[in-house]
Amino acid sequence: MSENIFKLYKQLKKKGLSHDQLEIIERELDCYTRKKERDKATKPEAPQISGVYDKNDFELFIGIIKNTDPFLAMQTLEDLLERDKKREEDGFPKRIKIGKFIKPEKGNKEKIVVVPTTTEPKFYHDNSITEDEDETGGSGEGEEGEVLGEQPMEPTEGEGEGTGAGQGEGAEHDISSDAFDLGKILTEKFQLPNLKTKGKKVSQTKFQYDLTDKNRGFGQLLDKKDTIKKILETNILLGNVTEENGFSTENLVVNPHDKIYRIMSREKDFEAQCVVFFIRDYSGSMQGKPTEAIVSQHLLIYSWLMYQYQNNVQVRFVLHDTEAKEVKDFYTYYKSAVAGGTSVFAAYELVAGIIEKEQLARENNIYIFHGTDGDDWEETGEKALAAINKMLPDLSRMGITVAKNAWTALDKPTTVETYLMDSGLLKEKKELIRLDAFSAEEASENRIIEGIKKLIS
Amino acid sequence: MYLIDQHTKKIMEECKERARAAGLSFDNETLEYIVTNSDMINLGPKNMIPTLYDYWVHDVEVLKEIGKYKLYPHNPYETVINSRPAISFYNDNNPDWLNIMIFYHVLAHIDFFQNNILFENQWKDDFVGLALADKRLIENLRSKHGRWVDYVIEFSRSIDNITGYFRMLPRHGLIEEKQLPSKLNFYFDIFLQEILKVPQNKIFKEIERYNNIGQSNPEIAEAMFFSEVRVKYPEFQSKYDNYIPAEAEAMDIMDFICRHSPFLKKEQNRWMQSVMTIVRNTSLYFAPQMRTKIMNEGWASYWHDELFRSDERISGHEVDYARINAGVTAITRVGLNPYAIGMRLVQHVESLANKGKINYDFQKISDADTRGNYNKETGRGKEAIFKLRKNFSDFMLLNTFIDQDFINDHDLFVVGKRVNEEKGVYEYYIKSKKAEDYKNMMIDSLYHPPLIKVNRGKTDDDCLYLTHVFEGKQIYKPYIADTLLGIEFLWGAKVCLETTEIVKEDADTEDKAPAFTYRKVMYTMKDKKITKTQL
Repeated sequence: MSENIFKLYKQLKKKGLSHDQLEIIERELDCYTRKKERDKATKPEAPQISGVYDKNDFELFIGIIKNTDPFLAMQTLEDLLERDKKREEDGFPKRIKIGKFIKPEKGNKEKIVVVPTTTEPKFYHDNSITEDEDETGGSGEGEEGEVLGEQPMEPTEGEGEGTGAGQGEGAEHDISSDAFDLGKILTEKFQLPNLKTKGKKVSQTKFQYDLTDKNRGFGQLLDKKDTIKKILETNILLGNVTEENGFSTENLVVNPHDKIYRIMSREKDFEAQCVVFFIRDYSGSMQGKPTEAIVSQHLLIYSWLMYQYQNNVQVRFVLHDTEAKEVKDFYTYYKSAVAGGTSVFAAYELVAGIIEKEQLARENNIYIFHGTDGDDWEETGEKALAAINKMLPDLSRMGITVAKNAWTALDKPTTVETYLMDSGLLKEKKELIRLDAFSAEEASENRIIEGIKKLIS
Repeated sequence: MYLIDQHTKKIMEECKERARAAGLSFDNETLEYIVTNSDMINLGPKNMIPTLYDYWVHDVEVLKEIGKYKLYPHNPYETVINSRPAISFYNDNNPDWLNIMIFYHVLAHIDFFQNNILFENQWKDDFVGLALADKRLIENLRSKHGRWVDYVIEFSRSIDNITGYFRMLPRHGLIEEKQLPSKLNFYFDIFLQEILKVPQNKIFKEIERYNNIGQSNPEIAEAMFFSEVRVKYPEFQSKYDNYIPAEAEAMDIMDFICRHSPFLKKEQNRWMQSVMTIVRNTSLYFAPQMRTKIMNEGWASYWHDELFRSDERISGHEVDYARINAGVTAITRVGLNPYAIGMRLVQHVESLANKGKINYDFQKISDADTRGNYNKETGRGKEAIFKLRKNFSDFMLLNTFIDQDFINDHDLFVVGKRVNEEKGVYEYYIKSKKAEDYKNMMIDSLYHPPLIKVNRGKTDDDCLYLTHVFEGKQIYKPYIADTLLGIEFLWGAKVCLETTEIVKEDADTEDKAPAFTYRKVMYTMKDKKITKTQL
């Protein structure tokens, strides 16, 4: 891997790069080398620090841990959101935010749960300015100056506001399926665009009842035509009706069993099938805010999909730097952090390959959501555009989100934006492909939700 | 939640006898409840007091840490409620012996609540009963005014940490409102001395003059005296009329707004005053507990150890007990444990008193050996710690008794956090082992809300002027706007907050410490919009 990245760098340099592009690539390489060095160094554990007011009798003696059960909290969610909406009408700012929790569970398993949160503003003292250093107490052996523990400076990729402790290494992780309730929080109901009914997957959860089946003897609605046919049939067999004589209705014997009814019965309901690909750039330049913004957005989209499409959605996760790979679950997707270079086409080619190999287009609506910071080592984006063009006919919608880094000028478009816009695809195929760009530094939750709306409207 | 059974209750009554024999004193009646998981979830945010008013925030997870700002502490978590009778909670999964130990801990807490003077104002009230009445009142108001009750609760809570708790303490026992001083008293005590600042000899002359008049014409003495005063000081009458005695003044911002807000004075808004009072009283109830956390937990840990070890029901469980006790009272390598530090300070005070070291003669000795070997064996340790329990708060305890001996005995040090650029990490390191530094660090981590006063001179019906008395730390900026929004609503007009900002100037060189400048700024909240100006 490390060799590949430098090889690629040399190749591109030979082909010729613009000054800006060179800068972008070199910065990314710098991040990469620094991270490699950091990973090599051994670090002692970050110490668990508790303050004076952190411990209380309950936890220590009674042993029942006080935890606001997030699931219980969500039961009152509807009311809370109603109330929040009213606040705006009354002229006050909204109070409910969406927070992400990494909840430590027993046995070192961690769950990502998304819950409504709020803050209680008051006048508090702010220590941060005069004290560069947080001070706390400790005890034991040691001399002045001795180091006790370390803690990494940048937050682990994917941790946003509201994350608590719980930095254990775990075995299996996945978003709690109850997190699909988050879909309720997104008060605007998003709809997947261009949803076509492909494939014949039978719905497991939705049922339809209809008067379609016919049943002899009993039912809801008498089917007159069929009943008469049946009665005639019986009477012919009995000899009451013959070709020569004709018949009079008085002579017909009506057997109750001959009455044919239409009866309410469960129908098989066919639901639309979707496959959604989440692609994320996890290269060096994505460190910090861009990754936070992208994973937040993808988390929101994922939860909404789970809620609305009720497990009829198949989700695939792809991570890419200079190479692309598929990962099996959201947690890995969320947490992985590498610091390689960036080649967008690798991801697109991988996805196109998957679609082709597994023949997904036949029975599924395909959606792609790609998050990046806009940098791409391939300046012209030739290969990326080629891959997009190959996939586009099969797609129902492709959405690309660019979360700009701190050092990217806000008015200048990034590499990815430039080549996408130049290709004209965004205008020609507006229904199929969308692009949204914002600054990662100022990415508030609202802006992220706006972005989602743009992508799927 | 249900009461404990008879068998357990009997065990606990025995504990009470032993505790009393050791010197603790508390009321006879106590209530013990078994608590379950679902109680915790439902009642948790209400500090286990079921009668506390309902509020929607209790259903939502409140973010307490944003980035690196720890906006603690929120209300302390109750396992013993200071009410009459005292209520405490237990887990029925715990074995008997553990419940006995916990009960000793609880008894020590009850003893502390009922004897420490910071809780003086609570001795006469039944908080739980009051809370129930308050809760019903709020429910009633909710049915009439709907969500506006919750807005008022929310805005009151945003200023409920700025209470005049200490100002209210010495009032206990005094008459509620002192009468307005008579004209004579006002003239001599306040007008001449404080307002005009007339020199002493002149005041004596005036007193003499009054006495002379009084001798000749006792009935009309006052009138005659004051007619002369009116000539000399024409402003006297208006000053007297406008005088508001200090005792009738509001104790804190909430109280002030309650009494003087033009918005709340309107007929249709009067009900809001009761809601504000309820929120304020609830906050005042918890105020002394916030300020005695270390003392309280230390006291309780000290006694559960003393009493349980001498109780024969420990037999067979010594090791289990040792384990639990160690878990609770161990000093951690990094971090602060109030149980550990509190308990050791209480023990420290006891040993100092036993050796006779709490005394001026000892403090005059400078020779280290003599100090080390000094032991008068007074046996007055227990007496000293009972005095401690009666009179001390956290700050007093830490300020008075953290000395180098204490630090050395327990190997304590100050942990600092610094940035290591090359490794890209924060490093925790031993910063100092000096008592002075440790004491300062501890005192700095104590609960201390900002001191914000109402500037009466600049306040009128159109503007509420608040002044932040700067004590070295600025106010957390992201919350200022929201809090002022609430205050504006309650006052009904614009609100101004005068405060001081600290601006850090980056150091020119690595070695120089960064310089700080202090800027006075004023935030104005008008019509839900905030503006900031420099003064």
